[in-house]
Amino acid sequence: MTPQLTVMAAETDGINGVALSVLIALFALVTVAGFMATRFMRADSMESLEEWGLGGRKFGTWITWFLLGGDLYTAYTFVAVPAAMFATGAVAGFFAVPYTIVLYPIIFIFMARLWSVSHRHGYVTTADFVRGRYDDRGLSLAVAVTGFVATMPYIALQLVGIQAVLEVAGLGGGDNIVQKDAPLFIAFALLAAYTYSSGLRAPAVIAFVKDILIYLVIIVAIVYLPGQVGGWDAIFGAAEDKMAATNEATGGPTGSFIPGAGQGWAYATLALGSALALFMYPHSITASLSSNSRNTIRRNAAILPAYSFVLGLLALLGWVAIAAGTQPIGLDGEPNAQLVIPQLFEDMFPAWFAGVAFAAIAIGALVPAAIMSIAAANTFSRNIYKEWLKKDATPAQEAKVSKLMSLLVKAFALIFVLTLDKQNAINFQLLGGIWMLQTFPVIVFSLFTRWFHRYGLLVGWAVGMVYGTVGAYNVKNPVTGKAFGGSLDNIPGIGEMGYIAMTAFVINVAVATVLTVALRAANVSNGRDETIPFDYFADADDPRVQKDLVEHSSHEMPYGDPDDIAGNAPAR
Amino acid sequence: MNSGNTPLQSRPEDPGVPPTDKGKMALAAVLLLIPIVVLLWVPHYAKVEPTLLGFPFFFWYQFLWVFICSALTWTAYKLTLSARGKTTHKVGGDR
Repeated sequence: MTPQLTVMAAETDGINGVALSVLIALFALVTVAGFMATRFMRADSMESLEEWGLGGRKFGTWITWFLLGGDLYTAYTFVAVPAAMFATGAVAGFFAVPYTIVLYPIIFIFMARLWSVSHRHGYVTTADFVRGRYDDRGLSLAVAVTGFVATMPYIALQLVGIQAVLEVAGLGGGDNIVQKDAPLFIAFALLAAYTYSSGLRAPAVIAFVKDILIYLVIIVAIVYLPGQVGGWDAIFGAAEDKMAATNEATGGPTGSFIPGAGQGWAYATLALGSALALFMYPHSITASLSSNSRNTIRRNAAILPAYSFVLGLLALLGWVAIAAGTQPIGLDGEPNAQLVIPQLFEDMFPAWFAGVAFAAIAIGALVPAAIMSIAAANTFSRNIYKEWLKKDATPAQEAKVSKLMSLLVKAFALIFVLTLDKQNAINFQLLGGIWMLQTFPVIVFSLFTRWFHRYGLLVGWAVGMVYGTVGAYNVKNPVTGKAFGGSLDNIPGIGEMGYIAMTAFVINVAVATVLTVALRAANVSNGRDETIPFDYFADADDPRVQKDLVEHSSHEMPYGDPDDIAGNAPAR
Repeated sequence: MNSGNTPLQSRPEDPGVPPTDKGKMALAAVLLLIPIVVLLWVPHYAKVEPTLLGFPFFFWYQFLWVFICSALTWTAYKLTLSARGKTTHKVGGDR
C-alpha cells in the first residue's frame, strides 16, 4: 500500500458531496423518467405502449441479449462476489465464474420442456406445473413455500448492496441503532416505494437506462483500474500475499489464492449447487417463460456465457482493491468487506464518476430486488393464498394479498440483513440456494419422467430442507460466533468441505428414490397427470401455446398478467 | 383413468412426440456435459503455471472455458434443431 493511497482513503471519510449529489440526481432522473414515460404513453396511445413494451420480442437476438445481460448484473455481481474475493479469496468468490458457465448447459437441457408445458397449460409458476403433473396440492405447496422463503435472503443481498453504496457515499453513521443502520432503512424504504408505485410491473425504460449505466461503469472499471495499480502481475502478487498471511481470528491463512488440495470439492459444489438452484427461483422462471419460443431459451443459452467473462473480471476487482490498498471502513469505524467496490471507485475515480458508479450499483440492485419480490408475492397469492387459504377470493382480495406479500417478503429480507452476518453477503445467496435446490428433483425430474413417486419427492424435499437448514445454522462465524456464518460444511463420507446445498440435494434424491421404489411396489397412486407427451415439445406454432402467449402479452411486460391482478389466472 | 403408476410411454399412441434422431440428441447431450465435467474437476486446473498476460493458469483457463462452453452449447443447439422432425400432433387432438 502506498502512503498516497492511504491519504486518499482518509480524505474521503464522511459525506462525499459530489458523488452523493450525482447518485441522487441520476437515481431520481431514471426513476422519474421511467414512470413519466409509462404514463405519457398510456395516455397517448395504449397501442403504441404495448408495441413499445413488447419490443423485446421484435428486437433481434443481440439486443435481447444486451437487455437480458443487464438483468444478470445485480448486487451479487457488483458487491458480494468482489467482496468475497477481497476478504477470503478464490474459493469464496471466484466459484461464481464456473457457476455462471455451467448454468447455461443445465438450463439448455430442461428449460425448453418447462417452457412448452407451461404455455400449453397456462402454468405461471413451477408450483402450477407440479400440481398439474401429479394433481397433488401438498407437493405444489412445498414448491411454492420454498420459492417464497428462499427469495428472502436473495433480496437481502440486494439490500446490502444498496446499503454499501449509501454508506460509502456518507449517509448514516452515529451511535443509536436507527442512525447506525440508516443506509439500510433508506434502501428498504426505496425498494418498498419503488415496487409499490410501479404496481406489478417495472417500466422497461428504467431497465434500459439501468443497463446502459451498468455497462458504462463495468467497461470503464475493467479497462482503466488494472493499469492504475501496476497491472495484473501486481494485482495477483498482492492478492497472493494477502491470502497467505495469517488470519488472527482463526490462526489459519486469510484465504485461498487458488483452491488448494481438498478445496476443489468446495469450489466445485458451490459452483454446481448455485447453478442448479438459480433457475428454480420464481423470478428466474417468470423471465424464462417470457421468451417468445422454446428455442429462444436454447439460443440464448449459447450466447449468455459471455457475461460470465465480465463477471470474472468484476470478481477480480476485489483483488484490484487489494493491490490498490483500499480500506473498506464502515461509518462505525469497523472494517466491512462489502464496502470494498464502492470504496475502490471513490478512491480511484473523480467524485462525479464515483457518483455514476454508485447510481449504477444502486439501481442495479433495486430493479432485480423489485422483480424478485413481485415474483415471490405472485407465487404466494396464486399457490398459497388462493389454493389453501381462500379459494373464493375475489380479484381485489388477491391483488391486496399480493401487494401485502411483496412488502412482507422485503420485511423478512430486512430481518435477514439485521440478524445475520452482513459482512459476508454472498452467503445470503448461498443460503437461498440451499433451500431452492431442494425443489430441483420435484420440478426438473418431473419434466422428464413420472417414475418418481409424489410422496417420495415430498419426503425427500422435507429431509433435504431440514438437513440444509440445520447444517447452515450450525456453521458459526469464526469471529462473531453467530449462526448461519457460512454455507460450507464437512461432506459426510468424503471428509472434505463442500456446499451444504449439494449434500442436502444428494440426500434428498436418495430418499426420494428409495421411497419411490417402496411406494411403487405397494402400488400407491401417483396422482393424475394432466399433461401429455406432446406438451413437452410444443412450440410457438401450436394454437394452445399461441393463445397463452397472446393472453400474457398485454401491457408493458412480455409475460405480464392479463388483467394486472396477480394470482387470479383462471384454472384450465 | 389409470392409477398414475403406468409410465406415459405405455400409452397406445404417444401423441404428438416429434420423431427424433436419437444419435444426434445423444451427441448434443455429450457436448453439454463436457463443460460441466471439466469445470467441476477442479484439481486439473488449480495451479499457477503457465501464466498468460500476468494471469495465473487457474484464472485464464476458466475465462477460456467461457468461450468453449458457448461454442459447445451453440453446436448442441444446432444439433437439436436438426434432430427433431415435424410433430405428428394434430391441431385439436387434445383430450
